[in-house]
Amino acid sequence: MFDQLSDRLQATLSDVRNRGTLNEGDVDAAMREIRLALLEADVNFKVVKAFTANLKERCLGSDVLQSLDPGQQVVKIVNEELTGLMGGSGSDLAYASKGPTVILMAGLQGSGKTTACAKLAHHLKGAGKDVAIAACDVYRPAAVEQLVTVGGRAGAAVYEQGTDADPVEIAAWALERAREEVRDVLIVDTAGRTHVDEELMAELARIRKRTKPHDVLLVVDAMTGQDAVGVAESFAEAAEFDGVLMTKLDGDARGGAALSVKAVTGKPILFASTGEKLDAFERFHPDRMASRILGMGDVLSLIEKAEQQVDEDDAEDLQRKLETEQFTLEDFLKQMRQVRKMGPLSGLIGMLPGMGAMKGLKNADVDEGELDRVEAIILSMTPDERADPALINGSRRKRIANGSGAKVQHVKQLVKQFDQMRVLMRQMATGKPPTPEQLAQMQGAPAPRPRRVRR
Amino acid sequence: MSTSWQDILDLGARDATPTTAAENEAADRGSGVFRRLRESLSKSRRALTEEISASLFERLDDETWERLEEALILADAGAPTTAKVVERLEHEVDAGTVSPDGEAVRERLIEILAEVASTGRAPIDLSGEPAVLLMVGVNGTGKTTTIGKIAWHLSREFGLSVILAAGDTYRAAAAEQLAEWAERAGADLIRSAPGGDPGAVAYDAIDAARARGADVVIVDTAGRLHTEGNLMEELAKVSRVIGKQIPGAPHETLISIDATTGQNGLRQAQVFSEAVTLDGVVLTKLDGTAKGGITLAIADELGIPVKLIGTGETLEDLSPFDPSDFARALLAE
Repeated sequence: MFDQLSDRLQATLSDVRNRGTLNEGDVDAAMREIRLALLEADVNFKVVKAFTANLKERCLGSDVLQSLDPGQQVVKIVNEELTGLMGGSGSDLAYASKGPTVILMAGLQGSGKTTACAKLAHHLKGAGKDVAIAACDVYRPAAVEQLVTVGGRAGAAVYEQGTDADPVEIAAWALERAREEVRDVLIVDTAGRTHVDEELMAELARIRKRTKPHDVLLVVDAMTGQDAVGVAESFAEAAEFDGVLMTKLDGDARGGAALSVKAVTGKPILFASTGEKLDAFERFHPDRMASRILGMGDVLSLIEKAEQQVDEDDAEDLQRKLETEQFTLEDFLKQMRQVRKMGPLSGLIGMLPGMGAMKGLKNADVDEGELDRVEAIILSMTPDERADPALINGSRRKRIANGSGAKVQHVKQLVKQFDQMRVLMRQMATGKPPTPEQLAQMQGAPAPRPRRVRR
Repeated sequence: MSTSWQDILDLGARDATPTTAAENEAADRGSGVFRRLRESLSKSRRALTEEISASLFERLDDETWERLEEALILADAGAPTTAKVVERLEHEVDAGTVSPDGEAVRERLIEILAEVASTGRAPIDLSGEPAVLLMVGVNGTGKTTTIGKIAWHLSREFGLSVILAAGDTYRAAAAEQLAEWAERAGADLIRSAPGGDPGAVAYDAIDAARARGADVVIVDTAGRLHTEGNLMEELAKVSRVIGKQIPGAPHETLISIDATTGQNGLRQAQVFSEAVTLDGVVLTKLDGTAKGGITLAIADELGIPVKLIGTGETLEDLSPFDPSDFARALLAE
């Protein structure tokens, strides 16, 4: 997320950070760079102008340049301002005190509303809610079918009346049904519309009036450009949305649009959706995101992700094993599976402090297929071999290779790499970070292997 | 003098005049078309008719250039292309090759912008028999809708027989969506079971086109984010499968870019062009207020021109791209 913005800001700031003294010219130069970085990230021109003016004023304030570490001070100010731009400490959905919570989804065509409905449903189901989705997009061909499929996958009930009924009536009928069936949440999917389409905007306002939603979410494509502000203003008028759900924040999407929407309408970004899979969806935490962008890491999110997946006793057990080098391939397998449950590895790397600056790792497109192979190889070993890889001689290697469909070299490589890793992990467990050389050494080996860098 | 459909299509040996039946039909639709046109002119497509306010060039000083930069950046043209265009204009004014008169500067600016937008301009190559058109792009940019509209124009106005290949086997109900468009456009549809191999669908469609003597095959593909390495490889494979069946095919590969897209659009075009040879851009959703300036950067930096623009939901809402009209619209308030 926000990779390009992050790259540019980090480059600018690392320059500033390392200076012993700063003068007004240095700050000016940094502000120009920040301005360009934000424009490149599609943050609205007017928002950028105000943001950098404010930033500059603070950086040139009385005590910053005279302080002992002006560079650090500037980085701190940028972090604070960026957090502010993104919406402070974060917001959540408003829930109904009684009856179903109604969430109305609105947005332009192709912004990803239907998929977002399913992901939000999946997310809320994870929080123990019973969710239904109302199919009110009667215009786009096959939109209802799509919602029935993806909504079903998310485990939500999909209320639909085909494409002949009036969307306002469908919404009202769905709300009635959600009440009868005592659902916790009703998500109302609507047709994508251009904000200048007065007829459809009026229809959206009518759906809003009839269903009295607790939350109206504007779905914004992270790749939207300067026009995002105009779009948001129109939707604010017709739908009075409460928050933004940002979609397609994968890879090199810039997301500046969402920042602009926040700045112009004051409505917070509530959720960020990143990939094709249902669980590639998370609450948006502006403060953590600002840190991530500036390469300061987002350890909080990482810990939360781990907490969802890792059993505490297991973790303590693991810690002990790592410290004493009793970590076996069996543990490794278990560990790998847990980590993979947290989502694609490439997403996790960005959350680690300092990792953003390590080019090789950051652009590493972790090949999940390689991980499958590693898993297959370990599964083809006997329990004894897993506990003590030193047992693995030539004939055992051959058997393992045959059993897992891998090559003998792969087996050999895995064992060797595992040995290196065991040393490295003990260091980390006892509080010593690995040296870049050690990390580089690891990269030649099969699992997580950085593939070619596309840029 | 705007660009017409005949200008933008290379139909090879085929008769490139719209059929009279289509003309009659067009006349029948007349009232609807004009009503819609009036409506769009009054609000959404206002941008396409207004011109850069002449007042911007009343005085020529630093502020003028700065406001010009602002206008281009707000149109999503991106910082590098904006800087290039403005520098060039400023230089020409300073050098005296353009008279420092508001009207003259404005006209020159439009020329420069149109020139940039025309980089690599060529008609859509449908001369092959059958001609194969491959449609690619990021999710939600309007690929399937665009295919429906192109099919409609080719079959209803030029009397060509068209086969659509439902190569988006991934998104739920994508094939159903294309089936609806095929029916509206009077085209045939070749599809597979959900999750099927998109290359195989393209293969079958070309087979069918040969057997039925069809003129054009349009291959839909699943929307994919350009950062998905595997999916980009899959796309390259679909293109290769087509090329094996008909050497030189796909004859035309178009990427759909959403007009609301910002600087990311440049990356999209760049990465897609690494997987397949892109011949042009279809700029979709121009019926909002977005100006689609990112295509200026795409033409400027990658040499891939816009060929078609999508301006609405109905079958007729697809037009040939006209660089001058676009340049004029880009800076309209």
